[in-house]
Amino acid sequence: MDLINQVKFLIRKEIMLEWRSKYALNGILLYVVSTVFVCYLAFREISSAPTWNALFWIIMLFASVNAITKSFIQESRARQLYYYTITSPQAIIISKIVYNIMLMLLLSVIALGFYTLVFKNPLGDPLFYMLAVLLGSISFASVFTMISGIASKASNGGGLMAILSFPVIIPLLVVLIKLSKNAMDGLDRSVSYDEIGVLLAINVIVVTTSLLLFPYLWRD
Amino acid sequence: MNKIWWKILAIVLVLFSIVAGFLFHVPAKPILNETIRNIHFHVPMWFSMIVMLTVSFIYSIRFLKSSNENDDLMAVESANVGIIFGVLGLVTGAVWAKFTWGEAWSNDPKQNSAAIALLVYLAYLVLRNALEEEQKRGRISAVYNIFAFPIMVVLLFILPRMTDSLHPGNGGNPGFNTKDMAPELRPVFYPAVLGWILMSTWITTIRYRIRKVENKQHENN
Repeated sequence: MDLINQVKFLIRKEIMLEWRSKYALNGILLYVVSTVFVCYLAFREISSAPTWNALFWIIMLFASVNAITKSFIQESRARQLYYYTITSPQAIIISKIVYNIMLMLLLSVIALGFYTLVFKNPLGDPLFYMLAVLLGSISFASVFTMISGIASKASNGGGLMAILSFPVIIPLLVVLIKLSKNAMDGLDRSVSYDEIGVLLAINVIVVTTSLLLFPYLWRD
Repeated sequence: MNKIWWKILAIVLVLFSIVAGFLFHVPAKPILNETIRNIHFHVPMWFSMIVMLTVSFIYSIRFLKSSNENDDLMAVESANVGIIFGVLGLVTGAVWAKFTWGEAWSNDPKQNSAAIALLVYLAYLVLRNALEEEQKRGRISAVYNIFAFPIMVVLLFILPRMTDSLHPGNGGNPGFNTKDMAPELRPVFYPAVLGWILMSTWITTIRYRIRKVENKQHENN
């Protein structure tokens, strides 16, 4: 089997496993919705635009850490060993990244929908804000997938995940908050091209280093 | 690296930069006044940190290739020394900012980036503590080190340039590049940078050798 076929097959396997149990998917959706609701009950209303934006990204940050942490921990060692004997490490990491991107896209659309429902705030350029959210979910997925692989090797993976991933995600988060703030204020789109460029460049770097490093990570 | 000449050079250059940095004539500028002398102490800290963290990155790659535990020791010790110099850079910067900007920490993008970069490397040390077995610890922490390094480069060199900053070198303020810097500062500044880089290398090699001796003692017991 060549790489593309392997990746396709592994992604199908991830989706199928998820669909059979539905536990993780429902759990994380409930997590997002209840976090937004807790924030709603605590804040009631948010009048300042920067706070609205920052709160949304903080909710997304915690939801995505929770969603992606288990991408490696979930599967037993024996089953992972089995995958490693039949596929290449690159296929595994690519399929995990692609699957997590899909998961994050779904999650962020639902989160944004529910968030705008309870906290009303005029978006200057809704389509461009959506683009920022999509770029954000791709960035979260690509960075956290590799970190969850690293954290899963230590005994207390869950606790380590936050410590390892927060400093790494902050640069991306800073750019994302700026980009989405520009979209909220309805600024001209050409103002934000620099931010989009930086985000795409960081994602390319992260995915490339993941591909290079994952073969060293999984050998146990 | 066992030769003695570069250690003597390090001592001479650092001593020279301290004496000359405090005593030599400096251009009198508004706001900056005598605090301009901080350039001889603050900037070399960052140069040393970047050099040590790059060394750590290179030795992490070497460890993945060789699985030689000495490469792992070198990677962690250079990261340790890099963190120390990073903290010194933050402190010297904060003292300077107190006198020129009015506040030690004023939410400047460069200060924030530097603090986040330190968090990345502290997380690297925590990750090492969480792993027991030596080969595994070396391999997994090397993977994290290599993964985090490019993001740290973006954080320190690209993001601060995208926003306004009061920091010299940004937003029209003169920095230490060749065309901005006053000529009378250069004879002290360049030796200071070289001296502190050599000094940090020396500290790293000493710590590396201590760790190697300790490992040998463990094996013998």
